[in-house]
Amino acid sequence: MIDTIRARGQLLCGVSTGLAGFAQPNSQGVWAGFDVDYCRAVAIAIFGTEQNRVRYVPTTAQVRFTALQSGEVDMLSRNTTWTLSRDTSLGLDFTATNFYDGQGFMVKRSLGVTAARQLDGATICVQPGTTTEQNLADWARSVRVNIRPVVIERLEDNIAAYLAGRCDAYTTDVSGLAASRSAQQVPADHVILPDVISKEPLGVLVRHGDQRFADLVRWVHFGLLAAEEFGITAENAAGLATTDNRPEVQRILGRTGGLGQMMGVDNAWMLNVIRTLGNYGEISTRNLAPLGLQRGPNALWTTPGGLQYAPPFR
Amino acid sequence: MSITTDSLPVAPRLAPALSVGWLGWVRANLFSSWLNSLVTIALAYFIVKYAIGFVDWAFVNAIWSVPNDAAGRPDTSSCRDNKGLGACWAVINEKHRFMLFGTYPYEQHWRPAVVCVLFVGLYIVSAMRRFWRMELALIWAAVLTVIAVLMWGGVLGMPYVPQERWGGLPITLILATFGLAFAFPLAILVALGRRSKLPAIKALCVLYVELIRGVPLISLLFMASVMFPLFLPEGMNIDKLLRAQIAIILFAGAYLAEVVRGGLQALSKGQYEAAEALGLSYWQKTGLIILPQALRLVIPPLVNTFIGFFKDTSLVLIIGIFDLLTAGKTAIIEPMWQGFAVEVYVTIGLIYFVFCFAMSQYSAKLESELNHGRRR
Repeated sequence: MIDTIRARGQLLCGVSTGLAGFAQPNSQGVWAGFDVDYCRAVAIAIFGTEQNRVRYVPTTAQVRFTALQSGEVDMLSRNTTWTLSRDTSLGLDFTATNFYDGQGFMVKRSLGVTAARQLDGATICVQPGTTTEQNLADWARSVRVNIRPVVIERLEDNIAAYLAGRCDAYTTDVSGLAASRSAQQVPADHVILPDVISKEPLGVLVRHGDQRFADLVRWVHFGLLAAEEFGITAENAAGLATTDNRPEVQRILGRTGGLGQMMGVDNAWMLNVIRTLGNYGEISTRNLAPLGLQRGPNALWTTPGGLQYAPPFR
Repeated sequence: MSITTDSLPVAPRLAPALSVGWLGWVRANLFSSWLNSLVTIALAYFIVKYAIGFVDWAFVNAIWSVPNDAAGRPDTSSCRDNKGLGACWAVINEKHRFMLFGTYPYEQHWRPAVVCVLFVGLYIVSAMRRFWRMELALIWAAVLTVIAVLMWGGVLGMPYVPQERWGGLPITLILATFGLAFAFPLAILVALGRRSKLPAIKALCVLYVELIRGVPLISLLFMASVMFPLFLPEGMNIDKLLRAQIAIILFAGAYLAEVVRGGLQALSKGQYEAAEALGLSYWQKTGLIILPQALRLVIPPLVNTFIGFFKDTSLVLIIGIFDLLTAGKTAIIEPMWQGFAVEVYVTIGLIYFVFCFAMSQYSAKLESELNHGRRR
């Protein structure tokens, strides 16, 4: 697979058709975002540069898996939740969880609600046909809260209905809530409740059966995490590559160890990635902080509550 | 001698001022009874009220551009403060190129722009009856080739642009134009086939029409984009746009075929018999006698279907192709521009309206020109 991509000269990366912070084209039509940076990172690991090396293929929720199965894209970096059935029945592999998301609720501050259980009898705006709707029903049944879901197809209409007071609360993944909240006139008027009612670990997918490419994608993610852990940033990466004497940093940046070669790419793979994109924290800050998203579970394991953990580079 | 008054010239009396001119029209049509007067006044009140509201929103209180913040990104806070009072046309100002051309490389935008102009030019030329000759087919072939070259590039110093990066208005025009250009001949053949006396051909045509009409366009697009690639051998990929295009052609073909068949059935049997009596072959009869009459009968439903399909092309959004509508929606994904959907939809609606209204006006004109002899 890596050879195929190299021969083609471009990485075909399936992204979302537009999700604030994760994959959004700017006014010039250039893709940017958290998921997009993972496409760029893998391309840089393979080619050493991203100039003209990534072809973004917008995929909708309905066609995303087929696009990967049929070879229309090499990898899918598209806020897809890792579940057992998807991992086993689709012929696809999740490489790693690059973002821990979960379904939450947003309410108006004036409502005075501080916990999801207080939503008894509330009307809740939700999108139909997604796991979101199912999660909401499951949660309401399990905690015996009586809710009235208002099912509205489109995201913007959902938010509009919530703002107009048609529903008391609006539910979707916390990352989506944060994006909507930051777009409001006065974001502080809205509260995202602390309760998270589902686990939505989002990850990058590759096709089953090419473990080398899967390894590469997985370790690019771990490399970004390790870089943050060791304080390697876009700015100092090139300097640290020659001066730092911590053995693991030397191995990450390709000075010793020959880790890149083990995966079939250049030894400077992570150095190139970090030099261009920064570490996990920088990618996160650049794309998700403008939405008002806190790191939360996506902080490094060294921070209380953080889940992001990279195995050792050796 | 008797005096007759008849012969004296009497100036003709004018009709009462209130029954002629615009006053008379108003009185006869708007205020003819107390009920009508009431309805008129109520409607006038609402029209004026909402028209003023709209003008206030769209022009008086509108914000046309926003300043950049320290980081060089647009600062939309003035628009947010103005929300509900006035439109934020700054979003169109900032995003119009994305809405029109999607993710097409920014510095190459002149190419899709030329493509749109070429399409419109092609429509205008095709609409003029003096160009209705065999050469028109050549013009179409030439223009469509130029359009393909412009969109893909890779020659003449234009960098290659893969299909995933196309978007916006060109996609809508490509899908609609190619769709209808191929579907229409297909539809005529199928319509003729359905009336054929050869059982195999007839069965095939009936099957095609009923099968395609029996499913929604969305499911065809899904078939084309979700099922179809899995049947292809490993590593073989047919362009996503082409797959959607074929689905649209097949779908439009089935609907147009039924419209054309309606026209064929409306012709009296005498026309067929007269043509046969002249010794014309089947194709001569069809091409010279039957189709010209049948097609002119069905101009209104044909255009109806055309307009419908022009707008149906927006359904390709479900398979991740950025047509005009999807590009507009995607333009307001960026957090700072979220919430200005109304402005974007109004603009896109206007573009759709221009194309659809032009189609319907043209068809009305064509109808009256072609049906001179039949007017009663």
